[in-house]
Amino acid sequence: MKKIATGNKAVAEAVKQAKPDVVAAYPITPQTEIVETLADYITSGQLSSQYIPVESEHSAMAACIGASISGGRTFTATSSQGLAYMHEMTNWAAGARLPIVMTNVNRSLAPGWNIWVEHTDAMQERDTGWLQVYVSTVQEAYDTTLMAFRIAEHTDVLLPVMINLDGFTLSHIMQPLDTVELGNFIPPINLPNAVDPNNPGGYGTLTGPADYIRFRWEIERSMRDAFPVIKKTHEDFFKSFGRRYGFTEEYQCDDADVIVIALGTLGKEAEVAVDILRKEGIKAGSMRLRWFRPFPKLDLAGKDVVVIDRDYSFGFGGVVAHSIRAKNQMEVFSVIAGLGGQEVTYDDIAVFVRNRHIGEEFWFGVNNHV
Amino acid sequence: MNTIAEIPNEEYILKCTSACAGCGSLLTLRYVLKAAGPDTVLVMPACCTAAFQGIYPKTAFTVPVVNIAFGAAAACASGMSSLFRATGRKTKVIVYAGDGGTLDIGLQAMSGAFERGTDFLYICYDNEAYGNTGMQRSSATPLGAKTTTTPAGKPEVKKDIDAIIDAHEPPYQATACSSYPQDLFRKVQNALTFRGPTFIHVLSPCPPGWRYPTEKTVEIGKLAVKSGMWVLYEREYGKITINAPSKAAMKKPVALEEYLASQGRFKGIDSKTVEILKQQIQKDQDRLAAEEAAP
Repeated sequence: MKKIATGNKAVAEAVKQAKPDVVAAYPITPQTEIVETLADYITSGQLSSQYIPVESEHSAMAACIGASISGGRTFTATSSQGLAYMHEMTNWAAGARLPIVMTNVNRSLAPGWNIWVEHTDAMQERDTGWLQVYVSTVQEAYDTTLMAFRIAEHTDVLLPVMINLDGFTLSHIMQPLDTVELGNFIPPINLPNAVDPNNPGGYGTLTGPADYIRFRWEIERSMRDAFPVIKKTHEDFFKSFGRRYGFTEEYQCDDADVIVIALGTLGKEAEVAVDILRKEGIKAGSMRLRWFRPFPKLDLAGKDVVVIDRDYSFGFGGVVAHSIRAKNQMEVFSVIAGLGGQEVTYDDIAVFVRNRHIGEEFWFGVNNHV
Repeated sequence: MNTIAEIPNEEYILKCTSACAGCGSLLTLRYVLKAAGPDTVLVMPACCTAAFQGIYPKTAFTVPVVNIAFGAAAACASGMSSLFRATGRKTKVIVYAGDGGTLDIGLQAMSGAFERGTDFLYICYDNEAYGNTGMQRSSATPLGAKTTTTPAGKPEVKKDIDAIIDAHEPPYQATACSSYPQDLFRKVQNALTFRGPTFIHVLSPCPPGWRYPTEKTVEIGKLAVKSGMWVLYEREYGKITINAPSKAAMKKPVALEEYLASQGRFKGIDSKTVEILKQQIQKDQDRLAAEEAAP
């Protein structure tokens, strides 16, 4: 069914169709519309989930953990400070192997108070064992949320999934949305080790070093096993609903001399910059990174690479730029742009490409050698 | 319940846990589980009991135990209870947390769960300090007690968590003590008959922390009640009943000095602090008695 929706509404619509048993959430700008919409669906009987209006994000994730460890499908949404406050429990969710699905509407971290888009909030969750995907359109937010439940709950994965959605530039903008008849695309949840008093055991008991490192390896093994599960889910989604997704979305990359890599809405904006540059005779392409954990293999051999990071690791560099440097054994032009909602247009992106300095780092709007 | 013989023989804690000799929490949990029975899940934050439950792949408890982060027990139990009730399961959800996990780091999550009417029983076993990390002060440590972070004795009075719980108007709340197993057993069974959040605050003496010989745990708990340092009572829909041992103690108390002298943690306590403790006890007793007498 075709409609018009915000990114937040699209996520809520997908969650409604995935029918979680429990939604536990705490409001935070710019995510609030998601949990408000879900509360409305539940109150009006359109969704039969239990809604737990917790007193904090730490408790939101803890409540999801309690419901998930007991065998239920769970969902929560957060952003920025909320995600940071939840951090202790995001580690717990992954360590306990619970397929919790969460939308994080990306927003900068205080101080100063700033409610606009930035990816550092999610990047700080990079090493927790959550799968991470970044979306760029309202349709993609909806489609990816549906796929997230299936991927998280797959027995080869059993890890939580975080869907990242740019604050305001995606959460609050309206675009066309084509909703699907879900059918049995998401199989019923069936967790193999759910809490059962008839088969009692200890969950998260004291664990010695030999077992602890084995459990950590099993998280990593499942991360690696997630690649084929994600690929198959993308394929089945295309077969069922006709929209194609990959680990990246590539635009004019095949013959490109220079490739722009970015996440979320900036990655989509880069496609317009590519069109401008191509008209000038610059063979540019855009490779928007969708899945960040597990981190996919990128084919970048022989190309100049411009990475736009809407995040930063202080004392080190842009997180995406570094990931590509390390995984592909190559130098890149690292652009730090869009922090705290700083406006970055396709014209700006075209300038980054024209004036690239491979091996250097450039802070947009701060130093101006580009 | 009149005699200890009426408490079921079934044990839900296996022998040879790594709890300290004379552990009051072990005694408390033993009777909590006897009263709750096998269709029970324990949600346990970081605490002494989490440390002596056994090391993977073994566990000393015969009901499922969900370990959870220090400040998150009540929220985790909320999610669990919500799912169980929505799917028609009657499994009892019991948070078993220490005084740190309840009065301090777990207070916000607990308040939230009580305010939301979560169907669960919250047991706080109170050893009046952070036992698992080696006896640092908590907000449950009494005035004048020495801990590793209050080597000169704690300068502040014990936080009244029961009054905080009372403000949430739960259908049932009680205090108990591991030295009175019949009373504890009855209160747990009673709490589990209510729908909604219930709370039992159990004084659970700690030999290494309170610095007394391991064989004295039951005796020390009884002295706490007899001296008035600990009052046994319960509130059902707000109506308070002070239990018989505390009624007797209010009429004819054992001298507080006897309780204080029984433990190394109060060694060298000055007479002014003892006087403040006595005034505090009298004030609490007067308040509870007046509440009971009120129509």
